[in-house]
Amino acid sequence: MTAVASGAAAAPSTTTLLSLRGVNKSFGAVNALTDIELDVSAGEVVALVGDNGAGKSTLVKVLAGVHQPDSGTVTFAGSTVAINDPSAAIQLGIATVFQDLALCENLDVVDNLFLGRELNPWRLDETAMEVQAWKLLQQLSARIPTVRIPVASLSGGQRQTVAIARSLLGEPRVIVLDEPTAALGVAQTAEVLDLIERLKHRGLGVVMVSHNMEDVRAVADRIVVLRLGRNNGEFDARTVSTEQLVAAITGASDNAVTRRRDRAGTEDNDDEAEAP
Amino acid sequence: MTSTHTPPALDRSDERLRQDDGFGGALRSFWRSVRAGDVGVLPVVVGLLVICTIFQSLNPIFLSSANLVNLTLDSCAVGIISLGIVCVLLVGEIDLSVGSVSGLSGAIVGVLSVRHGWNWMLAVVLACAVALLIGLIYGIALTRFGMPSFVASLSGLLAFLGLQLAILGDQGSVNLPFDSTLVQFAQVAFVPEWLSYLLAALAGVGLFASGYERRQRRKKANLSAQSLNYLVLRSVALVAGLAAFAWYLNQERGVGWMVVLFVGLVLVLNYGFTRTKWGLSLRAVGGNEEATRRSGINVRRIYLTAFAVCSFLACVGGILAAARLASANLSSGTGDVNLNAIAAAVIGGTSLFGGRGSAFSALLGTLVIAAIASGLTLLNLDSSYRFIITGLVLAVAVAIDSVARKSRASHGRA
Repeated sequence: MTAVASGAAAAPSTTTLLSLRGVNKSFGAVNALTDIELDVSAGEVVALVGDNGAGKSTLVKVLAGVHQPDSGTVTFAGSTVAINDPSAAIQLGIATVFQDLALCENLDVVDNLFLGRELNPWRLDETAMEVQAWKLLQQLSARIPTVRIPVASLSGGQRQTVAIARSLLGEPRVIVLDEPTAALGVAQTAEVLDLIERLKHRGLGVVMVSHNMEDVRAVADRIVVLRLGRNNGEFDARTVSTEQLVAAITGASDNAVTRRRDRAGTEDNDDEAEAP
Repeated sequence: MTSTHTPPALDRSDERLRQDDGFGGALRSFWRSVRAGDVGVLPVVVGLLVICTIFQSLNPIFLSSANLVNLTLDSCAVGIISLGIVCVLLVGEIDLSVGSVSGLSGAIVGVLSVRHGWNWMLAVVLACAVALLIGLIYGIALTRFGMPSFVASLSGLLAFLGLQLAILGDQGSVNLPFDSTLVQFAQVAFVPEWLSYLLAALAGVGLFASGYERRQRRKKANLSAQSLNYLVLRSVALVAGLAAFAWYLNQERGVGWMVVLFVGLVLVLNYGFTRTKWGLSLRAVGGNEEATRRSGINVRRIYLTAFAVCSFLACVGGILAAARLASANLSSGTGDVNLNAIAAAVIGGTSLFGGRGSAFSALLGTLVIAAIASGLTLLNLDSSYRFIITGLVLAVAVAIDSVARKSRASHGRA
């Protein structure tokens, strides 16, 4: 097993953009996050996986400035920072795309992209905004036919693209994606995964929360497992097996998933040896 | 497909896009959007034509110059109130007290200027300040105390009616002198004939100039732009329409300055709704409040301004209504003023569900309401019929809004 429990995981290089050390967060008597460590480098995709209630969403909200940690340090680009509210996160250069995307369906793509940072507030510069929108979408190789239709008429993958494009408008250095593929079909998932790879090649640090092992292994460089609010292993995405991940996520090699697979052995196409 | 020598515009390069060029293309794309539920002003224009045809066939006086002059003057007060309603409907809220606020404003101006001898302008300013305060109270009730605007403005409806009665006192009415500026403005101030045609021409030039400027900018940015022919045709049609209408009204007393004020306010708000960050924020809040908040817009302030603008316009409408009647009394702003203003906005195509609407919906919707009222009066039918028919028209408008909304959802136009 390649799990590294200590904080010196993967020896943070000089390009480490964001790192969390000993972050705690509790809601009343519940410790949602305990001693969390996380490093994100430029040009790296870090996947954050874990079971329901593992603390993934809480961690995302800490990064987005929605929740403040009770203790621990957040270091961004070499200096310790406090992320007190969503606008502080955006100003630092941490953009978050929430699972529900937060788009206005009645507005068109351009208006959604520029919502809150319109050019020329008292005489909207529609032309410049439209040109910038096209440039941004082309950089992402997004396949959106026209930017002057309401977001309601876009597919799930296209909406995800618009939401990601919007987070890129502020020139962030780290982008946090909460379940970017959860509601998408096969082709749309592939589009979003392509998009994540393009973000990586643009030199952004990407934190991706996902339940889907396939997607995680397809694009992530490192996989950080959370379990019950604690770090429970960190893996190299190229070498880790699904079994190891499941073990880290559920906390044991003997768990509901392996038991079920052992029972239903023949139906499983996995490359693991079948148990009788 | 025709071979093109120039590379396609930036926003027309996707092969999946239908290339609707020229006049036929514009018609096709218009028809497609109507079928998808993007009906816009089509139902109200059709409705207006039907109403005019029916009333004209029943009573030939209906479309006479004299009647149209009165009709346009009568629409102004309710129309301006309805403009404010469009504003709150855009954010997905409602203000049921615009009638009371308009009555209260009329009463304040009447009592202060007649009984207390104030300068009329000072009285108007004070009434507007009171109205702005009322709007802010609704906004605060919604954003700080979480009171639904429906309930807050319903209590306001009663409370401000009471205040209106208290201000008017035992006599219950104030007559504004005929030679006062306000009454002169609302009753006998008409645009000189030459100026009316000049204004029509200016409107056309303005429309063309803004369209041309937009076209040049888009061409420069390699975006698709409207053809020059279309721009010219559109402006010429507008000038011809306005000039013909002005000429027809000029056969009688002419175009009232109050009408010019109303149309001017419509244009100002249209600019506000479509070309400013504020207007975009209004529609965004009506579409998805949480998303708007997360994008860093101060949603609370947007609500406050929407309610303040609504109450302010209700106040302006109320003062004009009092001036038109040359009296502020117990019944000012009561009865069907509220419902007419809300109905006008909805009939004109502003959605009750928030996020969709335009300033022109107030103009068109008010014309429908005023046409019905005027036609029924000419037929010597009493207000019972007027209430019934206006109610039915409102029901039809809401049904169209609702069906169009569903159709938009299923065609992905939301």
